[in-house]
Amino acid sequence: MNYPAIKAIYIFEMSRMRRTLFQSIVSPVISTTLYFVVFGAAIGSRITEIDGVSYGSFIVPGLIMLSILTESVSNASFGIYFPKFSGSIYEVLSAPISYIEITIGYVGAAASKSIIVGSIILLTANLFVPIQIAHPIWMITFLILTAISFSLLGFILGIWADNWEKLAIAPTLIITPLAFLGGSFYSITMLPPFWQKITLLNPVVYLISGFRWSFYENADVSVYVSVGMIGLFLLICLMLVWFIFKTGYRLRV
Amino acid sequence: MSIMDSIIQIKNLSKTYADGFQALNSINLDINKGEIFALLGPNGAGKTTLINMICGIVNIQDGMVSVDGHDVVRDYRKTRSMIGLVPQELTSETFETVWGTVSFSRGLFGKKQDTLYVEKILKALSLWEKKDNTILTLSGGMKRRVLIAKALAHEPKIIFLDEPTAGVDVELRQDMWEVVRQLKEEGVTIILTTHYIEEAEQIADRVGVINHGELILVQEKNSLMLELGQKHLQINLVNPLKVIPASLMDFRVELSACNKILIYTYDKNDDFGVSSILELLSSLGIAYHDLDTKESSLEEIFVDLVNRKLT
Repeated sequence: MNYPAIKAIYIFEMSRMRRTLFQSIVSPVISTTLYFVVFGAAIGSRITEIDGVSYGSFIVPGLIMLSILTESVSNASFGIYFPKFSGSIYEVLSAPISYIEITIGYVGAAASKSIIVGSIILLTANLFVPIQIAHPIWMITFLILTAISFSLLGFILGIWADNWEKLAIAPTLIITPLAFLGGSFYSITMLPPFWQKITLLNPVVYLISGFRWSFYENADVSVYVSVGMIGLFLLICLMLVWFIFKTGYRLRV
Repeated sequence: MSIMDSIIQIKNLSKTYADGFQALNSINLDINKGEIFALLGPNGAGKTTLINMICGIVNIQDGMVSVDGHDVVRDYRKTRSMIGLVPQELTSETFETVWGTVSFSRGLFGKKQDTLYVEKILKALSLWEKKDNTILTLSGGMKRRVLIAKALAHEPKIIFLDEPTAGVDVELRQDMWEVVRQLKEEGVTIILTTHYIEEAEQIADRVGVINHGELILVQEKNSLMLELGQKHLQINLVNPLKVIPASLMDFRVELSACNKILIYTYDKNDDFGVSSILELLSSLGIAYHDLDTKESSLEEIFVDLVNRKLT
């Protein structure tokens, strides 16, 4: 294992977060505050409780998950796309580093950033509403697994994208709608039966449900199903990354 | 260590891209340890593809490449850790500092951070003053230096310089060649491509000419210039000639447009042509007031070789 190389990529990627501190940290904090104002205060005053939890507290896991998904995808996709765009990818491709190490470096950094952002949102939310974490170990497990899975997805998207438009399409047209429709701001039991069934096709439902369970022990689907779905998603992403590096898809000609 | 020990072996290397363009056609080449090898060829000849295949950036389709006895595909960790690459394009992480990007390169190639070594490289390339500047703020020439610093960051045994002086001013170019000479003294093998063929002429030990994906020629630079190079003797006549005398027709002699200069072209290893011509001119009573000789450059040899292949 080429540990110095993994460390170099990781530090290099994390240093971008330092350079763009406002965009990386302050923006999510402001967004979260706005969500609390709009959903927590305005709408929350009309929806007092969901499954025994105040609406403001109920949306916290969904908000964190929403940020984790979007941050993981955007950080990882940008991290690998930008060297491709600037041409500096030649250095990574010519270095004595395996595809596993490349992936650990880029995905590890993207996942770390999104976990940091998620933690900041959790702390910010705590200023507005009371939060309890019933299963902290599970909460951290869900957080890490989701961050890694969606960073892998972002990494794949960054390799697939050959222009800026494609890079922006997936987070805007896929991730954000899935997160919004995945129960970030409501329980899927609040939907009519038909839409409940349709919603179960959305993989994000399982992530948010499992994550919310680790807070309030309320879940739309079984926690084991949630873990299984994250595991399955992780496996699919790993297989796609393996295929990309095996074939050199969009990296080596 | 003998200079003739091969450090890179290329056997039957071919590459056809997905669009059907054949970039390389059965290349066979040995690069000797410690030499400066200049790879010359027109645009699109296959120079960069060849370099990229050795470095692992382009997949090998047919043939094999070994570096210091290790296959570049099977033992890629060993081979790549020995190689440093300065690419043709000015590609680097725009928002990173000079120090940060060079340190990144060192780590990427598996070396632990060594601030003294990075400092030494930056000073050698006159980048020390700019170490905290972001790449974005540097001139084209300075960016080129940064790419060289990055390539040297992991102390490679072999360095590829793909058009390293393109767009670089004269002073900077001289500095770079000084660094290249120092690297050679330290035993580093250098493979360079350049459009400035006079640079290859000054610095290279051997020359390879590639065109349309085929290696036309590989030869010691000095023997190449001796073998394929020609000399021109310019004889400035006192009085103009109307035609070239019949007795001079056996020689490759031309008369200039002004009819006052005879130009004799001869091979470098021709020992008697010049004296024979001058004797003939004296016997014919043709007076001359000045003589001038000119040697063909590597560039002329290169152009001639490429044109010959085309025809």
